Amino acid sequence: MARITLEKLRHSYFPAPSGPDDYALKGLDVTWRDGGAYALLGPSGCGKSTLLNIISGLLTPSEGRILFDETDVTTLPPDRRNIAQVFQFPVIYDTMTVRQNLAFPLKNRGVDEATIARRVGAIAEMLEVTDMLDTRAAGLSPDNKQKISMGRGLVRDDVNVVMFDEPLTVIDPHLKWKLRSKLKELHQRVKATMIYVTHDQTEALTFADEVVVMQDGEVVQIGTPVELFERPQHIFVGHFIGSPGMNVLPCEARGDRALFQGHDVALEGAVTGAGGTTMLGIRPEYVSIGSTGIPAQVVKVADVGRHYVIDAMVGDTRIKVVAEENAPDKGAAVHLAFRPEQTRVYRDGWIATEPRTTGAQV
Amino acid sequence: MRTENQRAWLFVLPVLALVAFNALMPMMTVVNYSVQETFGDNRFFWQGLDWFEQILRSDRFHAALGRQFLFTAIILLIEVPLGIAVALSMPRKGIWVPVCLVLMALPMLIPWNVVGSMWNIFTLPKVGMLGYFMNDVLGIRYDMTQDPLAAWITVVVMDVWHWTSLVVLLCYAGLVSIPDAYYQAAKIDGASAWSVFRYIQLPKMKTVLTIAVLLRFMDSFNIYTEPFVLTGGGPGNSTTLLSIDLVKIALGQFDLGPAAAMSLIYFAITLLVSWVFYVVMTKDDQG
Repeated sequence: MARITLEKLRHSYFPAPSGPDDYALKGLDVTWRDGGAYALLGPSGCGKSTLLNIISGLLTPSEGRILFDETDVTTLPPDRRNIAQVFQFPVIYDTMTVRQNLAFPLKNRGVDEATIARRVGAIAEMLEVTDMLDTRAAGLSPDNKQKISMGRGLVRDDVNVVMFDEPLTVIDPHLKWKLRSKLKELHQRVKATMIYVTHDQTEALTFADEVVVMQDGEVVQIGTPVELFERPQHIFVGHFIGSPGMNVLPCEARGDRALFQGHDVALEGAVTGAGGTTMLGIRPEYVSIGSTGIPAQVVKVADVGRHYVIDAMVGDTRIKVVAEENAPDKGAAVHLAFRPEQTRVYRDGWIATEPRTTGAQV
Repeated sequence: MRTENQRAWLFVLPVLALVAFNALMPMMTVVNYSVQETFGDNRFFWQGLDWFEQILRSDRFHAALGRQFLFTAIILLIEVPLGIAVALSMPRKGIWVPVCLVLMALPMLIPWNVVGSMWNIFTLPKVGMLGYFMNDVLGIRYDMTQDPLAAWITVVVMDVWHWTSLVVLLCYAGLVSIPDAYYQAAKIDGASAWSVFRYIQLPKMKTVLTIAVLLRFMDSFNIYTEPFVLTGGGPGNSTTLLSIDLVKIALGQFDLGPAAAMSLIYFAITLLVSWVFYVVMTKDDQG
């Protein structure tokens, strides 16, 4: 187990990168505490797999250092870093039994038979695969194969970090939930540092204590699931997390207020900085339909089960609204109100309002 | 039985006709010859299973069969490990991939009798480059027209040169289909290079390797053209493999009955060995 520190990490797949666009990772400074559960969340191609491979040692970064506790492991090969990794597709050794699969990492490290038997037994029990220990691994179902892959990572009790690279991709939806809670449970039992890479917000938010949101090789925000939802630091985070994502509306900033389509809008705090493109960000959950406010026309109403998602037009701008009940009819003229403490201005993508210091944060 | 839509048969018919004309009918002719005696004047005498008995008891057949198994065993023992080794050392990415693939495919594109002629000229003492080099430069006596051992070595080397590529290409196809994650996982699990080969590469190559061995077995067991052009079965009978002997009996001696019986036995052996091999290799895949 170890604390993981990434120091000024940059990586390019080109031998002579000429500009920021050549970098798959554009500069990362992160510290992850020992025993934490972290998720790397971002769209495909955002650099999260690159980062994972750098931590596991399959890639050596172009610049920067990786520390496990105080030890610099930047140039160490994977087998000397004492890490475990679970891949997108289950990797199992076809010709071996489940037991041999689980014992393989220990055997390779010359662990004595008694310890191997004890560890394999314990891990098999945790993963609930004890009854299949002596069957050939090749014949297992995908979710059991993925469990075995996880087991091979967890069987060593000295791993610094266990990494998961979108491990539920090939798992049937109804088993995803089971496996995810298994994973959470495992984390609580083995107390290893775990890093979970995914592009699925539900997976990230349910697994992790802290989520690292990445875009284009950069970290845009690190925070707890609640922080990411309540106060996105970047419109990308607002977009990417939440369903539907945050409304991003063109606006003009005026001191501690904003002008949207000629309507005056109250904000959470004073606007910082100047110039650039300003946008108004508000989550659909914090827009309400009432008798006063900005006039709008309802163009679409979708019943998604727990609530309604309503599309309303203000001029030529579309706003999404989440309403628990009393959804208006399509075509109705309504008034929209933005909750001020959840309404922010973003300048060139980044948050540009001061946080509210008083008043209840929802 | 279904009464509607029997049209499917129409589509199968051409294939059935083709197989009937190019395989079943010639085969039945052979069966016909194998139980009769003829002197070539289109008069036939019933012979029963006499020819089969004669062939199975003949020392000449035993010797040819022995040579055939020996030849096939030697070339399999060389070509399969060599093919795997070459496939493992070929690049899996980059500009050298197509170069390697073309180089590998070249020997297989050469017509078989050309391969035989090439190696004949290449290895003849005095005339051929290799023959000259061995005898006159290195001073090692090497004459495949006189010395049975030299003839055997030449036939084996020629076959290895001609057909190892097939094993290489099939194994290579198996290797490139292994996802990177397997190698990465093995690295993280601390597996040695041997373990990677034993537990990842070999199992993943198993299917294509089975096909490769099967093809190489059948082709080498039925080999005719190359050794016939190279050595003509000589010196003496030392490189007379089954098919060469068969042609000698059928067309040289015009013993059509025994030749027909022999080819049926030959066919049965090929089929039996292939079947046993295939069953053994694939029996693990069930369950």
